[in-house]
Amino acid sequence: MHDTAHAVHGAPTSFIRKHVFSLDHKVIGKQYYALALLAALVGMVLSWIMRIHLGWGSFAIPGLHLLSKNGAPGDVMTPEYYLQLMTMHGTIMVFFVLTTAPFAAFGNFFLPIQVGAEDMPFPHFNMMSFWVTFVGFLVLVASFFVGDGPTLGGWTQYAPLSAIGAVGGPGEGLGVVLWATSIAIFCVGQLLGSLNFITTTLDMRTRGMSLMRLPLSAWAWFITSVMGLTAFAVLMPACILLILDHVAGTSFFVPSNSVINDQVLPHTGGSTLLWQHLFWFFGHPEVYIAIVPGMGIVSHVLITNMRKPMLSHRVLIYSMGALAVLSYMVYGHHMFVSGMNPVSSLAFSFPTLIITIPSTIVVLIWLGSLYGARLRINAASLFALGFISMFISGGVSGFFLAQPSIDIMLHATYFVVGHFHLVMGVAAMFGIFAGTYFWFPKMAGRMMNETLGKVHFWLSFVGAYCIFMPFHYLGIAGNVRRYQAFTDDYLIHLIPVHKFITIAALFTGFAQLIFLYNLIHSRFWGAIPPNDNPWEGTSLEWSTATPPPHNNFGDKMPVVYHDPYQYSVEGASTDYVMQTSPEDLKNAPDEK
Amino acid sequence: MATTVHEPPKIEPERLPNQGSGNGGWRNLVPGDGDLRRIQPYSPPPASTGIWVIMASITMSFAAFTSALVVRQGTAPLQPITLPPVLYLNTLVIIGSSFTLEIARRRIATFMEGLRDKDHSASPTRWLYVTLFLGLLFVAGQTLAWIQLRSQGFGLASNVSYSFFYVLTVAHALHVFGGLGGLVRVTRKLHNTALRRSTLDATARYWHFMGALWVYLLLLLWTKL
Repeated sequence: MHDTAHAVHGAPTSFIRKHVFSLDHKVIGKQYYALALLAALVGMVLSWIMRIHLGWGSFAIPGLHLLSKNGAPGDVMTPEYYLQLMTMHGTIMVFFVLTTAPFAAFGNFFLPIQVGAEDMPFPHFNMMSFWVTFVGFLVLVASFFVGDGPTLGGWTQYAPLSAIGAVGGPGEGLGVVLWATSIAIFCVGQLLGSLNFITTTLDMRTRGMSLMRLPLSAWAWFITSVMGLTAFAVLMPACILLILDHVAGTSFFVPSNSVINDQVLPHTGGSTLLWQHLFWFFGHPEVYIAIVPGMGIVSHVLITNMRKPMLSHRVLIYSMGALAVLSYMVYGHHMFVSGMNPVSSLAFSFPTLIITIPSTIVVLIWLGSLYGARLRINAASLFALGFISMFISGGVSGFFLAQPSIDIMLHATYFVVGHFHLVMGVAAMFGIFAGTYFWFPKMAGRMMNETLGKVHFWLSFVGAYCIFMPFHYLGIAGNVRRYQAFTDDYLIHLIPVHKFITIAALFTGFAQLIFLYNLIHSRFWGAIPPNDNPWEGTSLEWSTATPPPHNNFGDKMPVVYHDPYQYSVEGASTDYVMQTSPEDLKNAPDEK
Repeated sequence: MATTVHEPPKIEPERLPNQGSGNGGWRNLVPGDGDLRRIQPYSPPPASTGIWVIMASITMSFAAFTSALVVRQGTAPLQPITLPPVLYLNTLVIIGSSFTLEIARRRIATFMEGLRDKDHSASPTRWLYVTLFLGLLFVAGQTLAWIQLRSQGFGLASNVSYSFFYVLTVAHALHVFGGLGGLVRVTRKLHNTALRRSTLDATARYWHFMGALWVYLLLLLWTKL
């Protein structure tokens, strides 16, 4: 019995159980990755359409009317439809790309392997987590094709507009209900995922794998899962209350005597700020849910390519933990212009400035570790460097926005758009790319094309800066955001900048097709990795077969002897010592 | 071969005190040479940690509902409502169910440890059934409260106090259904296949949490509405 009944679950035999409703964390990780890829393509195409409209407002985009007859008569979008596309772009990108790819996709695939487990402890919940998320995506996308289209309230869905129903405009009826339902479903999926991530990290580690021996990527996923557990558990009730305001006539978010489009609404006494409190209590941790996994992935990739550990493994972990804790104390900085008491603004401004400290520490550790390192230049390490660059560039503008007096001027402008796209969007995407190029051999059993990867990096790196740095200049010039056209005198002279950004966006978007080609081509025709450890890494994913067997480690569970990053240890027999190597390392700095 | 309550020695070992975080997790039983398969059948599922994680998540959700109530009250005064008296009876029922479950849990645990209690060995599940009955009675009582309010003309959208009343009580009842499902699962495993001690303890912990959560919600409704 002991020889056969050991696995968390047996290897599947049917196609459905192997590739569709799989309990295997590795398959679920790939499914999340595929979903994120699909969502990213949809989100990117939406951004192209919006950018073309912003640069050339009267330009007819062939076929756009097929997406919405009323939203794009004659293939030229209406102002409302612009807002609808913007809402869908933000929602899809934040939830179904930035949350699913770095956290759910890579985390699912590699967390159990990096801790030395056969699978996650609750595989049925894990499978449910993905399929629930997928249904959430379908519900969201369905809003394109029902009634008057998707909601136009932005990914933040501020009340009362989001709660008043169809009277608020196109998509504000059924579109909002579908949006809130989709996000509530998404929350369920992420809660189930967080449950598995936390228990995997705490309870499933193999012998010798202490918490401090976990790789930085595993730490990042663990910290993110704790954030996800608390943040999504708050967003879900908020979505339920929003749905009830729509379908049951309750008044949680709509104030008394509201008059919209000459109609007096029946709601009484609702609080418009309530939604913002609930949303941003989730929303700010969500920023870190998107970026902390990237920090872990980038650290992991850089260390492997630097051939030396970071200046401090522990301080990096503590800093990521501090970011998680502080992320709950700063959410009010999104509401500086929402009519909060000025004292509250001050109270939220202070921790917002404080949170820059752990962020800065993380960056300084990266830069300090890179100093003097003989970095192996490959697509993964380039994207890791790009991540740091984007994180710094986007983070610096956060210093300005953290101060209420400046934020009041900049809040509704493109400055904020530039800020969060760089620090949260592009940086997280670069983290995803770094992880993809780095782990692809282990995930697919093939190598990606390095030349194409480097071309992809340079085009994306230059392109992203060409798109998002000018946003800051636009914002300082007073260019308001969420407008579909700029007709005021003071804005007209900025339109050439918008045209430049649009060209850069199209150029950068097409550069992503190189990645897509590389991904698909390499999956089937890429070179076979020379061995199970092509990057000469030290953590457990490199000590197992490529791709890993169903139970991750075959017949023998790994036993861990070392800290995760034993590179260039004096006296060691090789340049790197794997965690599973029983070699005695007397000179390893972290093991003394 | 399945482990059942009739074979006490095969029950999952509890947390190993000499295995700190430096030895691969609290309950991970990977042996020193890593040869898991020939020594241990499998690592036990970390149901205990999982249930704490689930309870933390539910706590956050109800904290969100509570803060919504407080913020909403700060915007416009809430209209006072009279809580249906059956709620107080329901409170006694769910508190009582915690006691009966604890009796059941202790007796099953004693049975698992091989220390058969001669006085109660005939049916270690008797109190489990009593708990299930009380749980269903609680849900029926809550349903009765909703029906009473509806018959008086107070629905979800009558005013915001009723909105919060329905949202909080229905959300709690849905979570109680989860607990009932857990109790049914424990009962079935007890009779049919194998029951792990960790599963039993996790289910009991969740059920006690449901009771405590209800007492909290009643106090919240009683003081705020």
